[in-house]
Amino acid sequence: MTHLPTSSFPALLVGLPILLATLSLFFGSKGRAVVGLAGSLLTTALSLIAIAEVTRRGTVIHILGGWDPPLGILLRIDPLAAVFIGMLALVGVFISLYAWWYFRVREADTGGLPQFWPLWLFLWAGMNGLFLSNDLFNLFVTLEVVGISAVALAVLSGKTTALTAGLRYLLAAITGSMAYLFGVALIYGSTGTLDISLLGQVLEPGATTTFALLVITLGLMIKMAGFPFHFWLPPAHSAALAPVSALLSALVVKGAFYILLRLWMEVFGVSLTYAAGQLIGVAGAVAVIWGSWQAFMQTSLKLIVAHSSVAQLGYLLMVFPLLILAPGVTTDSADWLSPAWTAGIYQVISHAFAKASFFLSAGIIIMALGHDRIESLRNLVGNMRITAMAIGLAGVSLIGLPPSGGFMAKWMLLKGIFLSGQWWWAPVVLTGSLLTAGYVFMLLRLAFAPAREMDTFRPVPKSLEVVALLLAIGSFLIVFPADFLIQFLESSAVFGSGIEPIMEGGEYGNN
Amino acid sequence: METYQIYSLTSAVLFVIGIGGVFITRHFIKKIIATMIMGGGVFLSFVSFAERDALTFADPVPHALVITGIVVAVASAAFALALARRIYQQTGDISFSNDK
Repeated sequence: MTHLPTSSFPALLVGLPILLATLSLFFGSKGRAVVGLAGSLLTTALSLIAIAEVTRRGTVIHILGGWDPPLGILLRIDPLAAVFIGMLALVGVFISLYAWWYFRVREADTGGLPQFWPLWLFLWAGMNGLFLSNDLFNLFVTLEVVGISAVALAVLSGKTTALTAGLRYLLAAITGSMAYLFGVALIYGSTGTLDISLLGQVLEPGATTTFALLVITLGLMIKMAGFPFHFWLPPAHSAALAPVSALLSALVVKGAFYILLRLWMEVFGVSLTYAAGQLIGVAGAVAVIWGSWQAFMQTSLKLIVAHSSVAQLGYLLMVFPLLILAPGVTTDSADWLSPAWTAGIYQVISHAFAKASFFLSAGIIIMALGHDRIESLRNLVGNMRITAMAIGLAGVSLIGLPPSGGFMAKWMLLKGIFLSGQWWWAPVVLTGSLLTAGYVFMLLRLAFAPAREMDTFRPVPKSLEVVALLLAIGSFLIVFPADFLIQFLESSAVFGSGIEPIMEGGEYGNN
Repeated sequence: METYQIYSLTSAVLFVIGIGGVFITRHFIKKIIATMIMGGGVFLSFVSFAERDALTFADPVPHALVITGIVVAVASAAFALALARRIYQQTGDISFSNDK
C-alpha cells in the first residue's frame, strides 16, 4: 500500500480535532463553546477538502513518523473511508450548531455543560482515526478513544438514570474492546503483523484464525449493539442529553460496523463461510423485528427512537449474508454485490441523518414540555410546526418510503436479496418497515390530534427546530448524488467485493 | 508442553472467567474486576506470543502493545469506578437492579 500517493490530510483529520479539544480546555464556559463550534466548522471544512483530494487523486495515505509498515502505522483515506468521514462531518456540524443553541438555553435554566465541547471533539478525532486506520491495534486504540468519550458524553447530565445507563454502556464497551483485542493478539501471534492490507494476503485459514474471527466479531457486535448484545443501547441513548443522543445513535455505533465490514471483507475472507453470513444475518433480522416491536410498545419519545436504532442497525447486519457467496458462486457472476453494498452505505448515511434529526427533535420537545411522554404530543403541529415536520420527514426516511435515503437503502437491500435468491430475508425487511410505519404514524397521529388537556409548550429557539429540520431534509437530499457516490465508491478496492468461501467439501483450499 | 503454551492456555482461561463474570455478576465492582480479569488474560496472551517461531529473542512489539493496552484498561477501570462511586453516592445502589 506504500506506493500510493501520500498526503498530510489523514494525519490532520485526527490531529486537528485533538488539538482543538485540548485547546478548548484552557477556556472558561463561554470560550469553550466558541472554540468548540469554531473547531467543528474547521474540522468539517478540513474533512470536505480531504474528500475533494480523494476524488482527485484516489486513495491517499500517510505514513506516521516515516516508519513504513509493518512496523510503523499507516493512515489511509480510500473512497469508503472518505464517505464515512463525510457523513461524520456533515451530521456532526449540524449537531454542533444545535448544541451551541441547546447549551445556551440550558445555561439560563440549569447551567450549561462546557465539558461537552472537548469531549465531542475528542470523539470526532477518535472516529476519524477509526475510519482512517489500516492497523488492527490502532483500531483498538481509536475504539477506546471513541468508547470513553462517548460514555463521558452520555453521563454528562449527572442524573442517576444517565449514570446507571452509562456504567452499563462502559462495561459493555470494555468487554467489547477486550474481546476484540484478544482476537488481535491471536492474529498477531499467528502472523506477526497487524497491517490490514498485509493480513489480507498472509492470513491462513485454520482454528486460530476462526477463533480470532469469532472473538473480534463478538467484540464488535457488543460495540455496535447488534442483537443479542443490544441491551445497553436503549437506556444509554435515551438517558443522554439531546445532542449527545444524536451523536451516539447516528454516528458512534456506525464506527464498530465500519470495522466489522472492513475486517470481514478485507482480512477474514479465508475463514468465512456461507453459514457465518447467514448467522449474522439472522442476528440482524431478529434485531429488525425485535427493535421495531419494542419501539412500537414504548410510551416515551426518546425510548421509541433509541429502540428504533437497534432495528435500523439490524438492517446493516443483513447486508453480510449477501456479501458471502454460496459455494460455487463466483464474484463475477454475483450481480447482487453492488446493490448490497449500496444498501449498506445508504442505510448508514440515511440512518445517520434521520436518527440525528429524530433525537434532536425529541430534545426540542423535552425542552418545550419538560418531559417526553408521547400522549402530550397532541397538537404538536399547532404548536411547533417545524419540529412536527422534522419528525415526519425523519420518520418517512426510517420507514423507507420514496424518495428518501431510507427508501434507497431498503430498495437496494430488497434488490440484492432477490437477485441473490436469498428470498427468506425479504419478509423481514418488509415487516420491519411496517412496524416502523406503525410507530412513526402513531407519533404523527398524536401530532395532528386536537389538544385534549392543556399541555403548555414553552417557546424554544427557532434555530434549534430549523437544524433538526435541515437534518431531516438531508436524509432526502442524499439520494440525488447517488450516481456520483456509487461511482466514487467503486474506485475503492473493497466496495462491491464479495467473499468466495474456500472451504468447499470441508477442506481448506488454497485458490 | 512448552512454557509459552502454559501461558497461552492460562490467558484463555482468564479471558473466559472474565467474560463470564461480566455477564453473570450484578455487583458494580465485581463486573469491573471481571473486565480487568479479561484484560489480564488478553495481555498475557500477547506476551506469551512474543516467543514465536524460532526467534532467539523475545519479539518486542507485543510488549509495546501490552503497555498501551494496560494504560487504556487502567483509564477505563478508573472511569468505571468513578461512575460506580457516583451512583452509590446518589442512590446507595451497588449493583444493577433489573440486570439481564
